[in-house]
Amino acid sequence: MRYLPLTPADRSAMLGVIGAASVDDLFADVPAEARLAGPIAGLPLRATEMAVERHMSALAGKNLSAGQAPFFLGAGACRHHVPASVDHLIQRGEFLTAYTPYQPEIAQGTLQVLFEFQTQVARLLGVEVANASMYDGSTACWEAIAMAGRITKRSKAVIDRGLHPHYVSTARTMAKFTGDTIDCKAPKLEADPDTAGVVSAIDSETSCVVVQYPDILGRIPDLAAIAEAAHAQGALLVAVVTEPVALGLLEAPGHLGADIVVGEGQALGVGLQFGGPYLGLFGCREKFVRQMPGRLCGETVDAEGKRGFVLTLSTREQHIRREKATSNICTNAGLCALAFSIHMTLLGGEGLEQLALVNHAGAQELAERLARVPGVKVLNGAFFNEFTVILPRDAREVVRALADRQVLGGVSLGRLYPDDPALSHGLLVTATECTTGEDIEALATALQGVLA
Amino acid sequence: MSAVNAAGWRPEMGPAQHPAHENAPHLTASGDKGLMLEEPLIFELGKPGSTGVDIDASPRAVSPALAKFRRKEQAALPGLTEPETVRHYTRLSRQNYAIDLGPFPLGSCTMKHNPRLNEKVARMAGFADVHPLQPQQTVRGAYEVINELAHWLITLTGMHGVAMSPKAGAHGELCGVLCIKAALEARGEDRKVMLVPESAHGTNPATAAFAGFAIENIPATPEGRVDLGALKARLGPDVAGVMITNPNTCGLFEREMKAICDAVHAAGGYVYCDGANFNAIVAKVRPGDLGVDAMHINLHKTFSTPHGGGGPGSGPVVLSEALSPFGPLPFTARMADGVVHLVEEEDAGAMGHDRSFGRMAAFHGQMGMFTRALTYILSHGADGLRQVAEDAVLNANYVLRSLDGVLEAPFGASGPCMHEALFSDENFPEGFSTLDLAKGLIDEGFHPMTVYFPLVVHGAMLIEPTETESKAGLDRFIASMRSLAARARNADPSLKTAPHFAPRRRLDETQAARKPVLNWRGE
Repeated sequence: MRYLPLTPADRSAMLGVIGAASVDDLFADVPAEARLAGPIAGLPLRATEMAVERHMSALAGKNLSAGQAPFFLGAGACRHHVPASVDHLIQRGEFLTAYTPYQPEIAQGTLQVLFEFQTQVARLLGVEVANASMYDGSTACWEAIAMAGRITKRSKAVIDRGLHPHYVSTARTMAKFTGDTIDCKAPKLEADPDTAGVVSAIDSETSCVVVQYPDILGRIPDLAAIAEAAHAQGALLVAVVTEPVALGLLEAPGHLGADIVVGEGQALGVGLQFGGPYLGLFGCREKFVRQMPGRLCGETVDAEGKRGFVLTLSTREQHIRREKATSNICTNAGLCALAFSIHMTLLGGEGLEQLALVNHAGAQELAERLARVPGVKVLNGAFFNEFTVILPRDAREVVRALADRQVLGGVSLGRLYPDDPALSHGLLVTATECTTGEDIEALATALQGVLA
Repeated sequence: MSAVNAAGWRPEMGPAQHPAHENAPHLTASGDKGLMLEEPLIFELGKPGSTGVDIDASPRAVSPALAKFRRKEQAALPGLTEPETVRHYTRLSRQNYAIDLGPFPLGSCTMKHNPRLNEKVARMAGFADVHPLQPQQTVRGAYEVINELAHWLITLTGMHGVAMSPKAGAHGELCGVLCIKAALEARGEDRKVMLVPESAHGTNPATAAFAGFAIENIPATPEGRVDLGALKARLGPDVAGVMITNPNTCGLFEREMKAICDAVHAAGGYVYCDGANFNAIVAKVRPGDLGVDAMHINLHKTFSTPHGGGGPGSGPVVLSEALSPFGPLPFTARMADGVVHLVEEEDAGAMGHDRSFGRMAAFHGQMGMFTRALTYILSHGADGLRQVAEDAVLNANYVLRSLDGVLEAPFGASGPCMHEALFSDENFPEGFSTLDLAKGLIDEGFHPMTVYFPLVVHGAMLIEPTETESKAGLDRFIASMRSLAARARNADPSLKTAPHFAPRRRLDETQAARKPVLNWRGE
């Protein structure tokens, strides 16, 4: 077996040192009746590298990848061009095959990356501090709600209608077990977000208001107004960013009064990967740092006075606090944070702004073209790179018919809200720097054909 | 010994002096020393307003509707060109230890070799460049990967279903505990207590507490296993279940696992098994045959997906027939037609999975880890996986017995260990501890073992070599351990200040925590 270095001679020599007659003796504590006599029947045996590659390649070949078709999906997972050096660098074995940096003297590479990542994320989100990452945007969002509960000692979260439904479901699941109340309804198909609606739901019991920015329909909520209303009731504003490239153009949520800002960092460096692994971003005001979940990297000095970095404030964490920890999170998304950080290092604030402008221009062109398809109406007042169109029939069927024509035409609201017939004609479409004029024309033509 | 390192210094050679280096300069103008390279922060290398990516100018202005939301100031982030970026991260990478550089014997972490075929497969466009919400007809291969991996996990563990979406081991634990909670609620019972052994990983009590359970410890026997009598005595109508790690964190198999499960079931509770140590028994024993109701599987441990400097992990949870109906969406189980299928919100009702406790995260889980794990599993096959467990256990016992009489092994008399060997610093002289030996290992060119865990042992040192270490590699590690133990016994003061040869000396963690500096704020 190509991954197992021990030879039969090694094994018998080692058994000799141990004083065991056979390897079975080492499993003597496993009750005999539970021990399997041989390889489990019905499962294949070992295979060559070539055979495995052939099998997996055949499975990959059954998928239509984004690069093979005009592609317009978003809804919390965004396709961007990742510079070649990003994937090259994250495959360096010193990053790829290292563990969580518990031994800082020989993990300064990972630790300095995390320190740089925390700084980049804090500046991007407009907050004072950011952590070393969470699993993904949806779990980061729940952790923010839980953290707001710890800070305000209240348990009612008001969720804006525009929060991604998977994020809402994740929060509902967790809240059921913690006793928190999650107050949320499906969005209404209107040009602008319902600011008055969310503001009116805030009361003196509210721990936090959770607002996605831009929202699930691609609209831009008025965070400053919601922050003011939340703070007036002693509640916190949690802003959720599922497309960080938007912050190349849009004001950072932290600058608009958000107390905790979380996000999905997948758009930079990580890639689509059918939904995971992704990258949870998490930032907040410095005064809340001891209530923060997840790993934190901090600066210090070594015994010779040289600058160095360590994991810090671990008294919040499960391996020290056990049942009193701020979260049970253990691992973060280190390698995805590295990919994000490298991509951000290449872009810089300037490149991010240029990238955002190109995305927004593509979306404007897409909106104008789709509006000319008979029966199609663009919903949004404002949008960044994603917006909603209303079709004359069920968008789920339309998306499937588009796929039959080799066009990946967007995410139907029916896929996201299967139980809400009022949304069934909605289709979310996204344009990025990867979207060409030909792609847009192909979607418009195919859509016209399907709707005819 | 000479075969290990003919030129190396050994304790019996006397003080560790290097006369040849006496005239070497202590410092250099650059701060670098040969291949020991220092590296500034990106914020010190570049200035905001620069970029390392060529982007075509935008053909359009910002739409009037969006203009009022525009950022007042560009994010203050430097952009470095590709050569500067590649050099920055390459230089940083050299300050890390990694499996690719040598043994990484962190107990309970299973730092085995990460096969590169897995990386190649995960990057195939059909896996890496597909969106989770594409129409199902365009991602049949992705669903097949999930179903095929689910089939293996269910079969290897002898369980009924598997929740594939949990993002890491701790997230998987939470999933399992929430299944128990949902099952009890469905029975109309409000059981408040979760029993957790003293030796448990910290995530176990953190997870159970999060789900609203009160935690009670179960004691261990002197030989390092769960005290079945004490456990039975505590079972009752208020006990929801137990969370047990098997093989346990002392490196021992819980011989009475079946009796434990039977007793818990008889008292109306459920058994959660922490699967962190599954590598020791994969394809040798099926937890389902022992009566386990839920167990997470760390794909980043047993099934070799890379640890990446702290994630991403992946923690699918296998469930018994009793708990499967409550598994989160998306969920994978053997359905009425006998085939393993993935169920999502849209078809949960039609597929008969309508009692799910909900969703744990967006989308389908760590697909990029599923492709790697399935590649690993197919490479090994049912026979190779057995060999994995056998070699992992053999390597750990070889380390345990090779250090007989050198280090104190608190459970050395309890029989063979499983995949990890546990030692303590009981016999060290005054002033010397596990930490010193661990830091000394860094100077020897090894990553330290897990230290001070489990908590039930004084100065615990938990060594998990894994099956991907050769005998020659283990012999080098053992020689270094013997040398370090001798230095500790002789109260060598240079051990107290180790590491001497790493990119940094011991770091001041107290200062870091007292006045946290969590991001760069300029000069």
